[in-house]
Amino acid sequence: MDFSYSDEQQMLQDSVQKFVMSQYDFDTRRKYLESEKGFSDEAWNLFAELGWLTVPFKEEDGGFGGSAVDLMVVMEEFGKGMVVEPFIPTGVISGGLITDLGSAEQKEALIGAIMEGSLQLATAYAEADSRYNLAAVGTTATKSGDEYVLNGTKIQVLNGPAADKLLVVARTSGGQFDRDGISVFIVDATATGISKREYTNVDGHRAAEIHLKDVKVAASELLGAEGAALPALEAAIDRATLAVGAEAVGAMDSLLKKTVEYAKTRKQFGVAIGTFQALQHRMSEMFIECQLARSIVIMAAMKLDSSASVQEKAKAVSAAKSRVGRAIRKVGQEAVQIHGGIAVTDELDVGHYFKRVTTIEHLFGNTDFHTLRYARL
Amino acid sequence: MNADFTAEELEFQKEVRQFLEAEFPKDIKHKVDNGIRLEKDDYVRWQKILYKKGWVAPNWPVEYGGTGWNPTQKYIFAMEMGLYGAMEPVAFGMKMVAPVIYSFGNEEQKKRFLPDILASNVWWCQGYSEPNAGSDLASLKTTAVRDGDHYVVNGTKTWTTLGQHADWIFCLVRTDSTVKKQEGISFLLIDMKTPGIKVSPIVLLDGEPEVNEVHFDNVRVPAENLIGEENKGWTYAKVLLTHERTNIAQVPNSKLKLRKLHHLAANTPDGNGGTLLDDPMFARKLAEVDIQVLALEYAELRPLAAVSVGKAPGPESSILKIVGTEATQFIDELYMEVAAYHCMPHVPEQFTEGFEGERVAKGTLASSANVYFNNRKKSIYGGSNEVQKNIISKAVLGL
Repeated sequence: MDFSYSDEQQMLQDSVQKFVMSQYDFDTRRKYLESEKGFSDEAWNLFAELGWLTVPFKEEDGGFGGSAVDLMVVMEEFGKGMVVEPFIPTGVISGGLITDLGSAEQKEALIGAIMEGSLQLATAYAEADSRYNLAAVGTTATKSGDEYVLNGTKIQVLNGPAADKLLVVARTSGGQFDRDGISVFIVDATATGISKREYTNVDGHRAAEIHLKDVKVAASELLGAEGAALPALEAAIDRATLAVGAEAVGAMDSLLKKTVEYAKTRKQFGVAIGTFQALQHRMSEMFIECQLARSIVIMAAMKLDSSASVQEKAKAVSAAKSRVGRAIRKVGQEAVQIHGGIAVTDELDVGHYFKRVTTIEHLFGNTDFHTLRYARL
Repeated sequence: MNADFTAEELEFQKEVRQFLEAEFPKDIKHKVDNGIRLEKDDYVRWQKILYKKGWVAPNWPVEYGGTGWNPTQKYIFAMEMGLYGAMEPVAFGMKMVAPVIYSFGNEEQKKRFLPDILASNVWWCQGYSEPNAGSDLASLKTTAVRDGDHYVVNGTKTWTTLGQHADWIFCLVRTDSTVKKQEGISFLLIDMKTPGIKVSPIVLLDGEPEVNEVHFDNVRVPAENLIGEENKGWTYAKVLLTHERTNIAQVPNSKLKLRKLHHLAANTPDGNGGTLLDDPMFARKLAEVDIQVLALEYAELRPLAAVSVGKAPGPESSILKIVGTEATQFIDELYMEVAAYHCMPHVPEQFTEGFEGERVAKGTLASSANVYFNNRKKSIYGGSNEVQKNIISKAVLGL
């Protein structure tokens, strides 16, 4: 057992940390959010330049290695600064699907472009009635000659507005909840028959609802074998789940720090409110939550990088998401409550961390979903 | 002990229901049911209807326009209003400043201010909190210095809810800084049109400018706008706080939200072919908060019964504030859980009147995260829940 970072991981952490601290302050982030795109191309290009966009990918595909611990290192630092660039939808989810399912030609065409920062992707998997069940796919893909025709509606497609290409999860056979019969297609975002309802999420991230009406896709744009994509989709979402878990750990760290700092300086009744034992205990509890969340995310990252079975890995991710979800509620709510009114304003960063971690709680399966998944796996 | 309504009370309940059915404006009802934002005019219009009916001020003394109802009737009225989705009149005039005016104001002030509050002709807002006086309200620093027949007011008030609509503001101001902090505070009514007042909006987490900072720069206020005696404002404010606490538990609203939530859960696919209500983990949480609200309802009824046999509500009403706000906040969490991915889109424009664009899928659920964020204020305002616990430990438990 060894819990220390390798030299490379330490350098990676230092470099992301330095960027967040020196170039991604709250006002800069707000400026990015208010821009038309909702994130910064400049920052994205810098991520590419510094090699961070290679982190999700394996060495054999030209990447940094694709380890979950590396991913955790990056995401935790991103969490501290609430980085909004679409690292997860493009790199982790879409990149993960391409890594697992792509042919040599597809990888060649896509992975290099992602890593150099020139390609934005979004994976369209969730549907209005699917909740968190990845196998609940109502969108259909019907084969017709050497193409497929896609029909259906996808919701909450992260990075949907900026994506050059969409990875659309559709059913090529089977009933609505069957595990078999699910396929993934690479679809040009401007293809005929695609319409988008774009919006900003409560945490500032951009997403879209995507309607597909008789969208024609060449058979060569099928990613992996027809009808067999679910395991890869589950693995990609699990990695994304770990990634947001690590991001939440970083964000909660910031919430705790800011709360303690505030309690030391905010005076009421003639003293700093941090001198009240009732509040001291609650901040101690926040600290405990942060520590447990960090610990279980590390557990899950190490498990993903181990030779454990697919089932064990999935179980570890669910354990992490479940526990992090509980921590989010506690740490997020207490940070706001201890700050008082100022934390429910748009002006202070604390409320924005609260909104981001709350969104994470509901992304890729909420606490109940992952607790039950853990119990059943 | 007897929890049944009498025949007369049941008859009254029926009358209230019929009134709401007939008189609560259908367009406002549509907004409430669909989560569309209410405008100032909606509040004013509804309050004028209540006023016309003579039901606008159940808690005021009859001589000033109260209904003369007994506590059970008041309870029935509040419950029926809440369950129907009809708004209570905005509290700042009706529940906050009016009781201070009719309890401590002079005849002139009563005549001048109360009728317009009752008829919803004048919109009031509250000037209590300051940037550095929150839970420690008595440390407020806005000053009012006597200059002839005027006070000159300087300072900043904050968290002034809906102050952007207000015609008048009631303020706690410091008139003596040489004495114990509670003893140098006065209660002053200020016309918002007076030169030197500036209102700056504060945007909250849901993106709405619901509250404001109100700045006073050498604002000259006629001395006749002082309520009661100079330096007695803190005493008056404490009385106001007890009135503010009527319906602080928000049981009718919580019951309505729970009823809707139950319906939503029963119609929300769980992603496996069933509904969310079939999910025992969710069903359990829903039942738990339902039970909590039931306990809260009876906790509220008990002090109510005490008042009807002649006792004043005690500091134990702090329980109602704590449990009531926490129950509401927990219900908000469950709405987000029902919504799942649908809680994330931030599309405030689709909750405004006349929006004709395309709504996102299951649009009404899209407000659930914003409601959750916004309602975190409930455990902070009106005396934070920590302050309420201090009250219980000191005044009830004698610690």
